Amino acid sequence: MTRVTEQQLETDRMILNFGPHHPSTHGTLRIIMELEGETVMKAIPEIGYLHSGFEKLGEDLDFNQYITITDRMNYLSPLCNNVAYALAAEKLMELEVSKRTEYIRVLMCELSRIADHLLNVGMLAVDLGAMTAFLYGFRAREDIYDLFEIATGTRLTTSYTLVGGLMRDIPDGYDKAVLKVLDEVDEIANDIETLLTKNRIWHDRTKNIGIISKENAISYGISGPMARASGIDWDIRVNEPYSSYEDFDFDVAIALNGDVFDRYLVRMEEIRQSINICRQSLDKMPTGDVSIDPDFGFSLPPKDEVYNSIEGLIYHFEVTMPNRGMNPPVGEAYVATESPNGELGYYIVSDGNRTPYRVRTRPPSLINYSIFSKLIEGHMLSDAPAILGSINIIAGELDR
Amino acid sequence: MSLEKTLSQIEDSFSDYVFGLTEFAGEKIIHINGQRIIDVLKIFKDAGFNFLADLTATDNLTLGGFERFAVVYHLLSHASAERVTVKAYVPEDNPVLPSIELLWKTADWQEREVFDLFGIKFEGHPNLIRIMNPDDYEGYPLRKDYPRLGRKERYDFPVIDRGIQKQKRTK
Repeated sequence: MTRVTEQQLETDRMILNFGPHHPSTHGTLRIIMELEGETVMKAIPEIGYLHSGFEKLGEDLDFNQYITITDRMNYLSPLCNNVAYALAAEKLMELEVSKRTEYIRVLMCELSRIADHLLNVGMLAVDLGAMTAFLYGFRAREDIYDLFEIATGTRLTTSYTLVGGLMRDIPDGYDKAVLKVLDEVDEIANDIETLLTKNRIWHDRTKNIGIISKENAISYGISGPMARASGIDWDIRVNEPYSSYEDFDFDVAIALNGDVFDRYLVRMEEIRQSINICRQSLDKMPTGDVSIDPDFGFSLPPKDEVYNSIEGLIYHFEVTMPNRGMNPPVGEAYVATESPNGELGYYIVSDGNRTPYRVRTRPPSLINYSIFSKLIEGHMLSDAPAILGSINIIAGELDR
Repeated sequence: MSLEKTLSQIEDSFSDYVFGLTEFAGEKIIHINGQRIIDVLKIFKDAGFNFLADLTATDNLTLGGFERFAVVYHLLSHASAERVTVKAYVPEDNPVLPSIELLWKTADWQEREVFDLFGIKFEGHPNLIRIMNPDDYEGYPLRKDYPRLGRKERYDFPVIDRGIQKQKRTK
């Protein structure tokens, strides 16, 4: 019998393909990992599986048409994308929208944020084996999607905003429906926190996993809840208020450790703050019109006029024909908004035509994901779903 | 240091490389030659613009500009909540400018994206390969002379000749 020495037991590193169809990737992304035993020594993310040329498409569609494309980017909170793009186009054209429009946009963005965070926390939980929290969150999210359906007509491809206004006003009695859902969400958030926050297994799986230091967060361009979990006191809603966010009174959630657990805590607190903002916006909802003056050449006339009067029909064609429509000035505008994932920016360059010259999305998913290979190094393979879940990657936005 | 002071400091020290300063919709844009981008961004970083919010590019083929390509840097100062846009121009025949990956790590992936979609090369980048498109992809899709309708791609697909197709063709 020979004695086995450590020298003889040494093996090569194993290369593991994680994705593109792994259930915990939630979308198509692939990570090539170098394992030593179960420890990840090196991880190379490979993206682009969902690249669909949205930025190129923007050069071919006019300002209002492109809003339908923004739905498809972050498909968990499409209304935030709609609002961000409309804000960038309005800044470019120097349009002022009514106060009611701004308040409805805030309401919709915050409802999206609640839905996005609920799903994110739920997905993180289900990837780590806690099915119940996921089901609770998904049920509440379904109620919020019903609200979107009432207001916009669809669940996912909302296309709710127009340049200079909204597609339509919210219906009568909408506030009662929203308040009812908000109460339910409040309870469900309590339930999820009861299940997870003091759960020993949850602590073991999430604490001290994937720590981002403050310096690294700034260097890697991390924004949103991930940055706030690393102790960066920066929320665009507070520091550079847009769309009347300065009228609302809410707290910014901050944590200091920067690990997966802190990101979960920040998201849960943001759900509470968003509920608060939604209630305030319903309380203070101003009256008025939600679209700019139809004589301005931006929005379509009411369908009733198009079908029943020649002026309406002519006007309809004036807006929609390829050589007519809106005339933006020559210039460029960058608008940053606080989406559920982080800083969602739209950069529009215009050469004066009815289609933008260049549309760029500043995708929070892509930029937050770029730190992943640094985070996973030295952790176990089973920590990969925890870190991925806490980054909240939306493949549609990641690859565009 | 305030934004105005920083801008005038850059204009003084790099007068040969600064093309101009414009303002649109309340946002200041500084146009510079791409060769000195690291030095210019270092001055901004020291002046408090600690966050590189976005890095992208535009192709000025029909828009007009100082050069064919402009790499656009959106900087943000967390301390003073100010934003500034730096446009670094690179010529068409040699689209190369220094990488700023040493200043901000986030530039790594974003420069790869610009390289992938515009074909602008970044000197000193640790891993400049395509990020969105496959490695063997030809052309740079976001350039203005790249067809928008995808016709070129469709015609370039290799036709696999199988028996049935051959019969149809000879007909």
